Amino acid sequence: MDLSLSTRTEGDRTVVTVGGEIDVYTAPKLREQLIDLVSGGNYHLVVDMESVDFLDSTGLGVLVGGLKRVRAHEGSLRLVCTQERILKIFRITGLTKVFPIHATVDEALAATD
Amino acid sequence: MPTVEVSFTALPSHVRTARLIALAVARRAGVDEQFLDEVRLAVGEACSRAVNVHQGTGLDAPIVMSLSDEQDRFSVEVTDRGPLEGAASAPDLDDLDAQALTAEAESDSEPMPDLLPPGFGLAVISGLVEDVAVTSDTTGTSVRMTWPATDVMAPDGR
Repeated sequence: MDLSLSTRTEGDRTVVTVGGEIDVYTAPKLREQLIDLVSGGNYHLVVDMESVDFLDSTGLGVLVGGLKRVRAHEGSLRLVCTQERILKIFRITGLTKVFPIHATVDEALAATD
Repeated sequence: MPTVEVSFTALPSHVRTARLIALAVARRAGVDEQFLDEVRLAVGEACSRAVNVHQGTGLDAPIVMSLSDEQDRFSVEVTDRGPLEGAASAPDLDDLDAQALTAEAESDSEPMPDLLPPGFGLAVISGLVEDVAVTSDTTGTSVRMTWPATDVMAPDGR
């Protein structure tokens, strides 16, 4: 399974739907996508990871990089994830303290804090 | 004597293959279902790390992954020819300041920096797997991870 990426706009936010495996091979694609969005003036991102089957530390690095980039523009990067196997790596790395993690895209879109 | 040994060119595209092989052999060795996600992630981290070490130091040598089915244990050893990054042992995740990782704002034009500190992959492995041994000498570095497995009594019957 490769990486699938699609984006859509919801008001002032951009939803990035990611599917498949985010690893050392596919992470550069996600990185490019996030860089393109920020370069294009999209500073409020919701990354929907419900269809992600695998995420490693390279993928985490790309998400952290995305967060840094949107923060430079006072933006936000929210994650949508309920899968235990994916949440586990956020927990063991302490990144649950860094990313707002939501149960649904609607919840992420409505969040304002 | 490893049950399966895989040697692959240090390319990111092969890491997925290595993960799939490790998962298949782990299943066959009788590793419990609850550990399989852990095996997949930890092996992926170990192989990614090895690939990055070789690419970062321009080494042509392949990465070697040895999978051993030893009665009630299943071990994966990933060996590279490069040095161990950072501290002599795997860094402790408690020492990582998650907030600090994202604190520095950067401009879009900057080339992608190494966002996560060296040793982050190893830290993930040690946070994930109970039984990990990292050894390093002048010939290279090896990460050995072990999981419990069901003792299948008939070795020829597998």
